[in-house]
Amino acid sequence: MQTPASFEYERATSVEGAIEALQRRGSEARIIAGGHSLLPMMKLRLANPEHLIDINDLDELSFIREEGNEVRIGALTRHVELLKSDLLALRFPAFRDAEVVIADPVVRNRGTIGGSLCQADAAEDLSAVCSALKASVVIRGAGGERVVGLDEFHIGPYMTAVGEGELLTEVRLPLRAGGGSAHEKVERRAGDWAIAAASAALWIENGTIAEAGVALSAVGPTTVHVTRAEELLRGKVPSDELFAEAGGVASEDCTPFPDGRGPVDYKRHLAGVLTKRALRRAAARARHQEA
Amino acid sequence: MQVTVSINGESVSRDIEPRQLLVHFIRDTPGLTGTHWGCDTSNCGACVVLMDGQPIKSCTTLAVMCEGHEIRTVESLEVDGALDPVQQGFHEMHALQCGFCTPGMLMTSRALLDENPNPTEDEIRTAISGGICRCTGYKNIVAAVQWAAQHEAATRQEV
Repeated sequence: MQTPASFEYERATSVEGAIEALQRRGSEARIIAGGHSLLPMMKLRLANPEHLIDINDLDELSFIREEGNEVRIGALTRHVELLKSDLLALRFPAFRDAEVVIADPVVRNRGTIGGSLCQADAAEDLSAVCSALKASVVIRGAGGERVVGLDEFHIGPYMTAVGEGELLTEVRLPLRAGGGSAHEKVERRAGDWAIAAASAALWIENGTIAEAGVALSAVGPTTVHVTRAEELLRGKVPSDELFAEAGGVASEDCTPFPDGRGPVDYKRHLAGVLTKRALRRAAARARHQEA
Repeated sequence: MQVTVSINGESVSRDIEPRQLLVHFIRDTPGLTGTHWGCDTSNCGACVVLMDGQPIKSCTTLAVMCEGHEIRTVESLEVDGALDPVQQGFHEMHALQCGFCTPGMLMTSRALLDENPNPTEDEIRTAISGGICRCTGYKNIVAAVQWAAQHEAATRQEV
């Protein structure tokens, strides 16, 4: 039987209450939402928090809405809601691409976007999607809120910018004209973690790429943000040749390690091919040539 | 700590450690062993129960997190000796051999039909993709859910 080590449990009734509890409980306190990453880690004793603060009752953290020039997603929004959201599918179709291949529908009923990002597993899909879409996250502590870009959010394997006594409350995705996005993943079997996955976003203005986002899952110690591919794409006219070149850069710039999912050269190859495909679909969507 | 969870409409109360998983709470406290405890890693789906009507994996949920929520297990499907249409479908279409995955498959299928009474084969396959069956190759499980959907539709027409 796999059982977590003992801990104390409390249920938060407000965001302020959750932050207060985190501060009162100190460094060994953790937030639990869906629990589908944290509880397996606790069963394996890879995580041994002494206090769990349950935020599942905080309905105010569950929303997907357009506000000004952003789409804002509450941290407690579950995968199933991200998958079903027509607003997200319209604005950022990479989300639906990713959600249909994240775990399985039963797990998606519980897992949340905040939990996925805070778990900061390099193989996790939404981190790559958010990175490609130039997202930022809102982190709240007793002293107020701060907004952190995805680039500064993942600071190492399973490590994020969320500090002691702080709670991730929201993900913000900037809206910009001419956008299209896509997420491509190859896994060994349905519901598994990626062998490799690529997220791409393109903003096309007057036939040229005004801005680009490329990020990879499962091919490095953290989500790999391929800045060199983005630089290559900016200011260019979209073409299959250009996307193949960007895929080549993604292949070079990732740092996969060999494991049961495959050797390094295979993963590099996949990273390149998936980047190319994601860019191609993102471009088609930006031009409204594909739903 | 004292935890009270509603299971199949009955309030079940017990002093437990917060680390107790829902699957063990269900099996140990009211003794409802229909919910199976399988892989313990949220992969196999044998432990699926409904929480407020939605299928969840009870091996990856703490019992204490379920206070205030309605849990429904496989034991709730049969009412006064009458099988639920999904149970009848599994029987008619031979959708089990060893039966280990069955409680999870039944609850997942029940939730699917509650939300989508007329699912396509693809929708059924997607819905049950969180469950692993090593006997049937899934073909007969899909047929059983289709059987249940058809018979439920016929029943609705009669009413």
